[in-house]
Amino acid sequence: MTLFEEVPVTTTDDIPVRRVEMRVNGETRAANIEPRLLLAHLIRNGLQLTGTHTGCDTTNCGACTVLFDGQPVKSCTVFAVQADGHDITTVEGLATASELHPIQEGFKDEHGLQCGFCTPGMMLSAKALLDENPNPTEDEVRWALSGNLCRCTGYQNIVKAVLWAAEKMRGGAPADASADDGGDA
Amino acid sequence: MALDEIKIGGLGASRKRVEDNRFIRGKGNYVDDVVLPGMLHMEILRSPLAHARIKSIDVSGAWAIPGVRLVLTGEMMAARNLAWMPTLSYDTQAVLATDKVRFQGQEVACVIADDPYIAKDGCEAIVVDYEPLPPIVNPVQAMAPDAPLIRDDKVNQVDNKIFDWEVGDKDGTDRAFADADVVSEIEMHYPRSHPSPIEACGSIADFDRSTSKLTVYMTTQAPHIIRAAVSLVAEIPEHMIRIISPDLGGGFGNKVPVYPGYVASILASILTERPVKWIEDKSGNLISTGFGRDVYLKGQLAMRNDGKILGVRMHTDSDHGAFFSDAQPSKFKIGLMHSAFACYDIPNAHLTATGVYTNKAPGGVAYRCSFRVTEAMYFQERMIQAAADDLGMDQAEFRRVNLVRDDDFPHRTPFGFLTDSGQYEKCLDIGLEAVGYADFKQEQEEARKRGRLLGIGISTMTEPLGAGNSREYDILGIKMFDSAELRVHMTGKAILRTGAKTQGQGHETTWAQIVAHELGIPADDIVVEEGDTDTAPFGMGTYASRSTPVAGAAVAMVSRKIRAKARKIAAHLLEVSEEDVEWELGRFYVRGAQDRGVSIQECAMAAYSNVPDGLEPGLENNAYYDPPNLTWPFACYIAKVEVDPETGVWDVLKMVAVDDCGVRINPMIVEGQIMGGLTEAYAMANMQFITFDEDGNCIGSNYMDYLLPTAWETPGFELHEVVTPCPHHPIGAKGIGECATVGGPAAFVNAVMDALKHTGVRNIDMPLLPDRVYGALMTGNDISGMPPVKTEA
Repeated sequence: MTLFEEVPVTTTDDIPVRRVEMRVNGETRAANIEPRLLLAHLIRNGLQLTGTHTGCDTTNCGACTVLFDGQPVKSCTVFAVQADGHDITTVEGLATASELHPIQEGFKDEHGLQCGFCTPGMMLSAKALLDENPNPTEDEVRWALSGNLCRCTGYQNIVKAVLWAAEKMRGGAPADASADDGGDA
Repeated sequence: MALDEIKIGGLGASRKRVEDNRFIRGKGNYVDDVVLPGMLHMEILRSPLAHARIKSIDVSGAWAIPGVRLVLTGEMMAARNLAWMPTLSYDTQAVLATDKVRFQGQEVACVIADDPYIAKDGCEAIVVDYEPLPPIVNPVQAMAPDAPLIRDDKVNQVDNKIFDWEVGDKDGTDRAFADADVVSEIEMHYPRSHPSPIEACGSIADFDRSTSKLTVYMTTQAPHIIRAAVSLVAEIPEHMIRIISPDLGGGFGNKVPVYPGYVASILASILTERPVKWIEDKSGNLISTGFGRDVYLKGQLAMRNDGKILGVRMHTDSDHGAFFSDAQPSKFKIGLMHSAFACYDIPNAHLTATGVYTNKAPGGVAYRCSFRVTEAMYFQERMIQAAADDLGMDQAEFRRVNLVRDDDFPHRTPFGFLTDSGQYEKCLDIGLEAVGYADFKQEQEEARKRGRLLGIGISTMTEPLGAGNSREYDILGIKMFDSAELRVHMTGKAILRTGAKTQGQGHETTWAQIVAHELGIPADDIVVEEGDTDTAPFGMGTYASRSTPVAGAAVAMVSRKIRAKARKIAAHLLEVSEEDVEWELGRFYVRGAQDRGVSIQECAMAAYSNVPDGLEPGLENNAYYDPPNLTWPFACYIAKVEVDPETGVWDVLKMVAVDDCGVRINPMIVEGQIMGGLTEAYAMANMQFITFDEDGNCIGSNYMDYLLPTAWETPGFELHEVVTPCPHHPIGAKGIGECATVGGPAAFVNAVMDALKHTGVRNIDMPLLPDRVYGALMTGNDISGMPPVKTEA
């Protein structure tokens, strides 16, 4: 167990402090926090998992999407105390040490990202979909991702990336392995 | 033997992106991910009113909160001569308000604290006493005789006008209109929009008293311009300023200007002697930072009965908000609006433009656009469609009559630009074929009989991308060129740096492809770095689709300098004279003896280990590139839509894009740029705009009100390619990042207007919201989008 000690948001004695403990990417983490601390900020600033981005603060853009007991939530509008005792997956939990998740491979292969800011949230929404529905239609992918905004790609390649990953996860071999993959991965 | 260029990731390879390796792992390094030891956090208190005099500011409540380290007000800024800063358009902008607030969301005070939550608490504890003044939200109000003076801070400002500007030949155009058989007129508004990258703006200022050096991590598309601006505003010597633009979560023009938050965070770091981080929230971003568009048009076309256009008249009224801080080449007050009609052969044109102040956020940035080109092309293509309708001529045929022909280059545009290449009619034909235009008239008629409203909208345009040449284009006197620096290491690996700044365009991938094309070094052996002013060579940054035309050209040119030196080394290694050395991709060989050769990697090793007498060791160089002309990509976008007469909702049945951006460095990335651009075009036509109510409240200050299309609404796109190489670019490339955003909106709007043609409605201002379309269908009247809008109390 890793005990996380730093409590960045308390400054006065009269602010109540709550101890929370949760599994994050398979590892148990604990922290003392101010109750108003948002889950996104605990993940980013407290646990230093900066792959979870905050884009809009109003539950619209989905850049902060994480999996909460396997379900996608927008962590900018979840209090960290609400995650006490729960299981959280962030983008850092998608790949293993040696292997990318097929969704990550798909996003690279199908040019499903440009600036990369929406990508972690987009991939986690995609994971939640594919965990429930391994063989989605294009419309089902578009609907599942409709809580995640992207300003760069126009979504078409994101949809292709998710369908690519779905095929790979079902054991198929997605086509289009390029001669030059830009190194790594 | 020569290498296979595609295999080494050279020109034309759809190489997978190297930057993706960190982004897909969540290992990007955006400004909010940067943490410095001892860092404080800043929040901004913004004005709730659009126009008001500040009677008093009481900050004692903020100071009383434990953890608050500093409170900044306009008065404190003024004491350091920092209350106002120069804009990129020779105006001034308030950093923190002193006398008045001039738009809702204007920066009034800053609180710096141990964490952002305390800083927010501090902002809420500040009490500001405002005396409200009447707000102005459109140019008609601004120019009314009794309008309140917004910029009473300026000594010689007597009204709300910023400029009158004109270009073209008035007399010739007047004569053309006198000779015309038909004159077509139309008025419209291109609404205010916001680039809205998903990542808002932010900075971390870190002033080190011991070295007097200021380091600023900043969301900027143009780090070198920012360094110069900070040096001028904060009076810190330029060599003591380091701007680092880390990964950017999108830019689209929003991250070009200097914002008050940056300046305030710098002063806060100087005063606290600690790093100060400011991360803007989404509302702050939408309500106060650089908007795009907000231009009104009165347009006229003079024509012969056979469809030939004789002359163009345009007048624009542009709403710049409270400070004229447009980010554009300084001498063009309404950007490159006069690039309108560049793809058509029209002998006479005259444009007049008036710019005004209003009580709205400043900015006027080139939102995925080459300086007002988006408005120019929208107005152009809407005028073209209205004129075709007025003539009773088919919209495609009308374009065909007037498009510049392939053998007519170089061609002088109606307002005096010089275009150099293109196959306009070919692009149009491919688009018409793809959308099924030949059978559409009949389909449309039959559908109408059954109560279904179908429409096709065309948009053809060429746009000027890649400012400048330096004779014509500068920002505050700084010439618009770019540079690249290439260092080839002894093992043949290399590092390339440019003064551009990628924000999703994939420079780390594509610049290496240009080097691979020029030198035969595999793209995987080249690392690309941008965004750090201490290491990158000077450049004007990335916006207005200028990176491939200018910085990309510099990359090719510096590679050629390296090759020229490597040739001398090769001659030495091959023991022949330089004249007897031939080049093929990746190697030099002896003329007439192709098997006697040395690779570029062997030359690199020799540059550090076996240099011929009289030659400087090493293999590195830089190049500054001043383009001889703009690049002129051409595009034909065609949308087919169906309008629901019961609701006013319209659906895209097909969207065809034919783009000619010259030689494509990485086709996969080019297509990604086009699809992204088409989506923003769809957004502006369908839902995305910022408006204001009569009190000057910004409607569109969050993603509930400011609608961006999701994967669900966004239509699919069908892409087609034509390649006409740019005659003056070293690798024949033209800009592409913004073509679809520029040319796309008119295709969607023209399609809806085509579907409504039988009603006599000539114009609905964007976005074509269901209530606007339904209103037009019900009344047969045009629909204006000019604010103020009515809102429920």
